[in-house]
Amino acid sequence: MISTSGLTFSYTSTSGVLAKEIRFPDFKVARTESFLLLGESGSGKTTLLHLLGGLLRPQQGAIEMEGIDITKLSDIELDHLRGKQIGFVFQRNHLIAALSVRNNLLMAPFLAGLKQDEHRVDWILNELGLFEKKNAKIYELSQGQAQRVAIARAVINEPALILADEPTSALDDTNCNQVVELLSKVAKENKATLIVATHDHRLKSKLKNQINL
Amino acid sequence: MSIRLLIWNYLMAKKLNTSLNILLLLLGVAMITLLILFNNQLEEKMTNNTQGIDLVVGAKGSPLQLILCNVFHVDFPTGNIKLREADRLSQHRLVKHAIPLALGDSYQGFRVVGTNHDYAKLYKCEIAMGTWWVNDLDVTLGATVAEISRLKVGDHFESAHGLTKEGHAHEDNKYIVKGILKNSGTILDNLILTNIGSVWKAHETQVVDSSHHKLLISPSHLVPSVEAGDSLLEITSLLIKYKNPIAAIQLPRMINTQTNMQAASPAFEMARLFTLLGVGAEALLGFAYVLIFISGLSIFIALYNSLKERRYDMAIMRSMGANRGLLFKSIILEGSTLTFVGTCLGLILGHIVFGLFIYSMDAGQKTGFSSGVFYREELWILMGSILLGIFCSLLPAIQAFRVNIHKVLAGN
Repeated sequence: MISTSGLTFSYTSTSGVLAKEIRFPDFKVARTESFLLLGESGSGKTTLLHLLGGLLRPQQGAIEMEGIDITKLSDIELDHLRGKQIGFVFQRNHLIAALSVRNNLLMAPFLAGLKQDEHRVDWILNELGLFEKKNAKIYELSQGQAQRVAIARAVINEPALILADEPTSALDDTNCNQVVELLSKVAKENKATLIVATHDHRLKSKLKNQINL
Repeated sequence: MSIRLLIWNYLMAKKLNTSLNILLLLLGVAMITLLILFNNQLEEKMTNNTQGIDLVVGAKGSPLQLILCNVFHVDFPTGNIKLREADRLSQHRLVKHAIPLALGDSYQGFRVVGTNHDYAKLYKCEIAMGTWWVNDLDVTLGATVAEISRLKVGDHFESAHGLTKEGHAHEDNKYIVKGILKNSGTILDNLILTNIGSVWKAHETQVVDSSHHKLLISPSHLVPSVEAGDSLLEITSLLIKYKNPIAAIQLPRMINTQTNMQAASPAFEMARLFTLLGVGAEALLGFAYVLIFISGLSIFIALYNSLKERRYDMAIMRSMGANRGLLFKSIILEGSTLTFVGTCLGLILGHIVFGLFIYSMDAGQKTGFSSGVFYREELWILMGSILLGIFCSLLPAIQAFRVNIHKVLAGN
């Protein structure tokens, strides 16, 4: 479902001089598979994730997704792709603090230009045990709760691909387990491919498919 | 979720900041609105009240006082002029028509004006109830006078000397209300009109009853009931309409140099008064603009600062499929919403304060000012404020447009 070939990304420093070049190994992930992207800090996990999510463009190589090379898409097409096909979960939950939990979830279909389905919001929140927090402010949530809201937001549009960047590194063991299980579960339920980038060793035993950078 | 709801939530998340920005703009706009209302209505009153009057001729003294007293009826007369001289002047070849005024008394602060029917015609004023005054001591009330004093047709009242309510009352001669005028939006609304003979009678200068038409050798042109050559009779002033433009050059100079009367042009004196008052108005206007400038700056700073905090929000929104245009639009809309709301509230406040000002003032209702009138300038202010909002949010919006999603999300 997703495959990369000859992917290269190079950072330039502010003066325009080439600072760092990362070559990524080619890989292929089938639909509904879960993958762990392992590597130390600075190994380019986040960069690869951003490349896969269309937030960055590679200097070389191709990323094929459902038969389309997303590196060839225009900015607007990438925006659409992200909105409809990809769900992101970040290390810090990055919820919009000015909005309630419910409105944070509704932002996803709104920005993707999809129908805003209140029932689905209720259903997902119920599924993640957050229903009573529906109208809560973001600062009223605990770290674990906030991360669950972020996961709910990532899957609400039923994306084909869920990209999680260090989703557990800020969490304790209990929350860590909960979040990983939840991610795997919602990915499976939504028939989505899950790619988790992490250096968190706790996750190694949870997901079998692994790529090392 | 919608862009409106998003903006609303962002504004509500920083209630203090939002209210401060709105308050600053509101005060500036309210001040400008007040000035607009006051200036425009004052100007309307001025033009309404000076229509058809090219020159006012009265006793020597301050020309401004002469105008204020005889056109706007807010000041005291400069003195009297001889009817004989006024009569002669009214027949001058450069004078199209002349209206005599005899002032001195008032009722509940409303001035009793002795004149002829031409004075009412000058303002195209019509009778609403009853009739015009005919005989001595008959009066016709202006609309505002009737409303405030509650006098009705057929009522009697005594006038008091001067313009204050406490003046010495002329008890011997009671006026009788014959009619009430329609509201004309001019000074006539605040006047009690009668004939010149009534004013003489109230002051007992003339024993002759002018209503009894006797055979006169050569009746006065201004007051036909008396002899033109009477050396004792006096009036307060003469309102003159020129026959042709040459009169504007010749007549005032002729009167000021060759007679012991004084001529003053309402247009000129009002322009002079406005240049004096104008300084204060300009200062207020300047202050209002400073307030608006500061509010613009404050909105800019607020948006610019919040943008730093919101870089993550923006990057997240982009990762969820928002395009650059949407973020740009939302920032611009946020800024212009602030200025729009502030300006609307400011306009409303301006009108309310103007209304309170009119009603709290004793003489407020007499001025005929209204807070319910809207002017074109207010529309300009509203449009200007939206432009200000767009201008202030432009730079933050451009930054939102350019936000580098990868860098922000990767945290470096």
